[in-house]
Amino acid sequence: MTSPVPTAPSHTIPFYRDVRVLRILAQIVFVALVLLFLGYLFNNMTRGLARLSGSFSFGFLDNAASFALSETPIPYDPATDSYWIAFMIGVLNTLRVIIVGIVLATLLGLVAGIAQLSSNWLVRKITQGYVEIFRNTPLLIQLFVWYFIGVLSLPRVRDSVELPGSIYLSNRGLALPWFTPNETFALWFGLALVWIAVAVGAYWLLRRVKIPLVYEWRGGWALLIWLALALVSAVALNPFTPSLPAVRGFNFQGGTTLSPEYAALLLGLVFYTGAFIADIVRAGIQAVPRGIIEASRALGLTYVQALRLIVIPLALRVIIPPLTNQYLNLAKNSSLAIAVGYADLFYVSNTIFNQTGQTLQVILMVMGAYLIISLALATLMNAVNARFKLVER
Amino acid sequence: MACRLSSVVALVMAPRSETTPDTLKPPATSVGVLGWLRQNLFSTWYNALLTFVALYVIYALGSGLWNFVTTTDWSVIAANLRLFMVGRYPAEETWRVQASVALFAFLVGASWGVWGGVARSAVILLASIFCTALVLPLAWNDRVWMAGNLALLGVGFAVGHFTKARRALVWAWLASLPLIAILLYGVGELPRVATDVWGGLLLTLALSIVGIVASFPLGVALAVGRQSSYPAIRWFCVGYIELVRGVPLITLLFMMQIMLPLFLPEGITVERVMRAMVAFTLFTAAYIAEVVRGGLQAIPRGQAEAARALGLNGILTLLLIILPQALRLTIPAMVGQFISLFKDTSLVAIVGLLDLAGIANVAANQPDFLGRQAEVYLFIALIYFIFSAAMAYGSRRLEKTLGVGER
Amino acid sequence: MKRDSRGIILLAVVAVVAFAIGACAGPITTVPTAAQPTQAQATSVPQPTAPPPTAVAQPTAAPTQVAQATAAPTQAPSGGPTNPPPTSAAAEIKGRLKTVLDRGKLICGVNGQLAGFSVLEADGNYSGIDAEFCRVVAAALFNDVSKIEYRPLTTQNRFAALQSGEVDVLMRNTTFTLNRDTAVGLEFLPTTFFDGGGILVEKSLNAAKLEDLAGATICVLSGTTNEQVLTDTFNALKIQFTPLTFPEANALYKALDEGRCDAATSDKSQLAGQRASLLSKPDDWAIMDATLSKEPLAPAVLQNDAQWADVVRWAIYATWYAEELGINQANVDDKLANGDTNTKRFLGGTGSLGKDMGLSPDAFYRVIKLVGNYGEIFEKTLGPNTKFKVPRGLNTPYTEGGLQYSPPFR
Repeated sequence: MTSPVPTAPSHTIPFYRDVRVLRILAQIVFVALVLLFLGYLFNNMTRGLARLSGSFSFGFLDNAASFALSETPIPYDPATDSYWIAFMIGVLNTLRVIIVGIVLATLLGLVAGIAQLSSNWLVRKITQGYVEIFRNTPLLIQLFVWYFIGVLSLPRVRDSVELPGSIYLSNRGLALPWFTPNETFALWFGLALVWIAVAVGAYWLLRRVKIPLVYEWRGGWALLIWLALALVSAVALNPFTPSLPAVRGFNFQGGTTLSPEYAALLLGLVFYTGAFIADIVRAGIQAVPRGIIEASRALGLTYVQALRLIVIPLALRVIIPPLTNQYLNLAKNSSLAIAVGYADLFYVSNTIFNQTGQTLQVILMVMGAYLIISLALATLMNAVNARFKLVER
Repeated sequence: MACRLSSVVALVMAPRSETTPDTLKPPATSVGVLGWLRQNLFSTWYNALLTFVALYVIYALGSGLWNFVTTTDWSVIAANLRLFMVGRYPAEETWRVQASVALFAFLVGASWGVWGGVARSAVILLASIFCTALVLPLAWNDRVWMAGNLALLGVGFAVGHFTKARRALVWAWLASLPLIAILLYGVGELPRVATDVWGGLLLTLALSIVGIVASFPLGVALAVGRQSSYPAIRWFCVGYIELVRGVPLITLLFMMQIMLPLFLPEGITVERVMRAMVAFTLFTAAYIAEVVRGGLQAIPRGQAEAARALGLNGILTLLLIILPQALRLTIPAMVGQFISLFKDTSLVAIVGLLDLAGIANVAANQPDFLGRQAEVYLFIALIYFIFSAAMAYGSRRLEKTLGVGER
Repeated sequence: MKRDSRGIILLAVVAVVAFAIGACAGPITTVPTAAQPTQAQATSVPQPTAPPPTAVAQPTAAPTQVAQATAAPTQAPSGGPTNPPPTSAAAEIKGRLKTVLDRGKLICGVNGQLAGFSVLEADGNYSGIDAEFCRVVAAALFNDVSKIEYRPLTTQNRFAALQSGEVDVLMRNTTFTLNRDTAVGLEFLPTTFFDGGGILVEKSLNAAKLEDLAGATICVLSGTTNEQVLTDTFNALKIQFTPLTFPEANALYKALDEGRCDAATSDKSQLAGQRASLLSKPDDWAIMDATLSKEPLAPAVLQNDAQWADVVRWAIYATWYAEELGINQANVDDKLANGDTNTKRFLGGTGSLGKDMGLSPDAFYRVIKLVGNYGEIFEKTLGPNTKFKVPRGLNTPYTEGGLQYSPPFR
């Protein structure tokens, strides 16, 4: 086959020089290499596990957790509830930080981003200083400072600062008045959901009304309608009993408490991510050509109108992709909760594998959970991005 | 507003004569300190309000800082300075660290001499660090060493300036990394200093530099693989990148610390610091890959087509045409990634390594220095800040020099 | 040109595959590394005729398998307290002990942040009772207490470090429990400190019994036995409490000091140590009388390596035995010269106790000479003259009513 036949230059290419064959061959080789490598790791791992007299199964998740958690959004009894429940509490705690953190960081970033472009020299310099300092130091150190030097130095529980409205601030957290649900709560909650549908309907109807004050602010009107309906039904059904916090014994009883660990983690994440968002917002606004703004002003739009109708939609196009990255970073950085002792997904999992010795399984679960969270967040933000993306013609 | 109006009026009313420039001095409120204040702080009523709010913020921060500074006690830093700098690196072997720093100082000085510009800021930074260290109450031999480093900066500059040996300098930089690694780690006659006793700033820098150097080629390979026309390779790269980017760094670090030994054959152990290095490399590579992908996508198709038309094969096209352009475009984002890697090295404190943050926790809890956490954290935050800000500044300078975004 | 490069690439790929297969296959054929030394030994035994000339010519040369197997008879008579290389006659050194001796250094997993047990001092050394026991083992092995590499471990990664073989021995105030002995795969050695779970509470709260803590926030380290004990005890007594867990002690005591929690639970000795070292006003705090649990703190090694476990075990017993016999750092030379047979046997003056375990005959002499007996170790790390002032409690020889009962050294 390889012997040259000079008289008859064959048009059939030998298989080892056929690009199509080579392509497939190369891929097979690559896949084989990857599989071999993974198999090698797996082989070692099974040996290692055998050495430790462990086995790979998730059966331990049904055992009683037998460790208490400081923050439990759902009822939890360590004596009976399983490791799985403990893990889910960790997930919920993580989501609690991520959602609130994203909202607050966006607000802070927006304000700081605009302030960076302020015509006021002092404001500009202060926000620039904030952005530089928080961007250029590790989040972990910031969390240490927030927790150990910030939150823990608040007054002790017996000397707590009373703020107006039965709010107490101490290093046991921020105690707020809260409501305990009555029997009618479920009914009211159902109604409230119905009212949302009503408000959405109102939103669609209001756009037909040809009064600027109505159709321009129809979102606000719809919200107002929902609030009014929910309030009226709340008065009628009385679904809550208000509960005020007060110091009894060692701690605040009644009301609800934002724990210092949660507060420190949230502050850390918000200020850190906010600094990055501020720069993204600034760059986004600066990316809007001056001419467009001037043109819109020349057309007679007011400053606020120009901002709302021209600048923000244009800037958002530039802002959203990097903003998505920052949201994902915030979600992943929330795993640093372990540094301040907040019972998030990672910290709880840590305790679980520590007690059961099932390290590999728990780590895989943790990674899976974060992957799902990241994926969900990315999907959501991609949908948002699709709305604001420049429609190319 | 009033001032603007008055100047306009003045302009209109002014007699047309040769002396106009003399007679038309701007009003005192629009020039000098007063004018500056007016323009930048009190131009409108809400600006004035903002100014007062900002002044209050400054006052609050300032008074807090003043309170802190007046009650501060830096003896915790002084007593633990060695730990902060090199951790538990054996005292009798510290000369190796010093030699590494000296080599680095020389090379930076030489870079200034050869390249100027970008390197100058690095020289200024290093020189100011050395000068600060000279002022600190250090042992006399440390001071001599610091002064020596300062001198080396100058010698380096002189050598670089007069020889202008660009190529040699590049090789020297490339050679310096393995050289410093060997010097610090020890091989052959030099007693080995396992990375597990490295600590403090030394460990932080070692982790970041190894992470940066190792993750770069891996990241570029992943990015190229993601663009590959071979589906198997493409999907592998996509899977890797998305998987790694979807999980927090700390889980990877834990995985490496706890699980890596399980994945290796029995009897082979990897030092914990090296495991962390592996984790940082794998993690950062995925992010670098995304950055590089952005650069690759920004290169017009015509470039590749032209290269193919000229007879370059796929690999040469990539190496000679696409990558050089793509990488230049990605410098700012890449440096941003390296800065975040540098900051993220602090996470090793959570898995029990004694880097800068880990040493800070140790020092803050020594019985003699209880309640001195603020000083400790401020000190290390300052170190992190200086390095990160310097990298960011260097990146901006480099961007300008290379003319990124101007083509 | 183009075709050539293709061919080269193909060749390179094939080479890489071959290498990968080789690398992959390599460990599969040789992986039973635990069995490897015995295998090597088995092959060396049938053919002792080949190596003897060299082995006899240099009997004190490197302690390789072959040299040991053949040089054994010539070494035995010359054994004595002055015999420096830790080669053995009776025992065949393998497994972890061989690894450690070849390395010339002991890797000791410690806490590193627990004053009184093991804490990193500003000079870069570790102090505390756990660190002292690392030195005990190093003294027995190398006659040099500086040949130790301390590895600070967290509660989270301590077992993994032992499992992976990263540390030789775990001296990290670890409670001996059935679960850890079996499911985690450890082997525990004599308890270096008999402890009990306790609660540290501010004196001003006047809490005398556990019920007084109803509604309190209690700080506890995560991943410890204390965490589970706290939950179990308070649930059994139906006392309401809020737990607050921290991954490491520094954070926990800072939180306690600032009033974030009302009480902390841990082993009583730790509470004593950390009250003194991590609280700003130690005198305002008291350890309640109630004992929540038994906490025998014991060193651990990986299971299935009896020889290595024996070395650590008897090194620890030696510190107890010396105290029983009244041998201490000051009089150990005198005892070696003038003591009774039992003492001399213990210290290696006669007999072959050290050698039997694969160490130098004077291994226990070195332990006492370089580190001291248990009483001395306790005095300098936790005792009344230190700032921790931990009572010895159960940690006294059985002759004084304690739990330290060393098996005889004979």
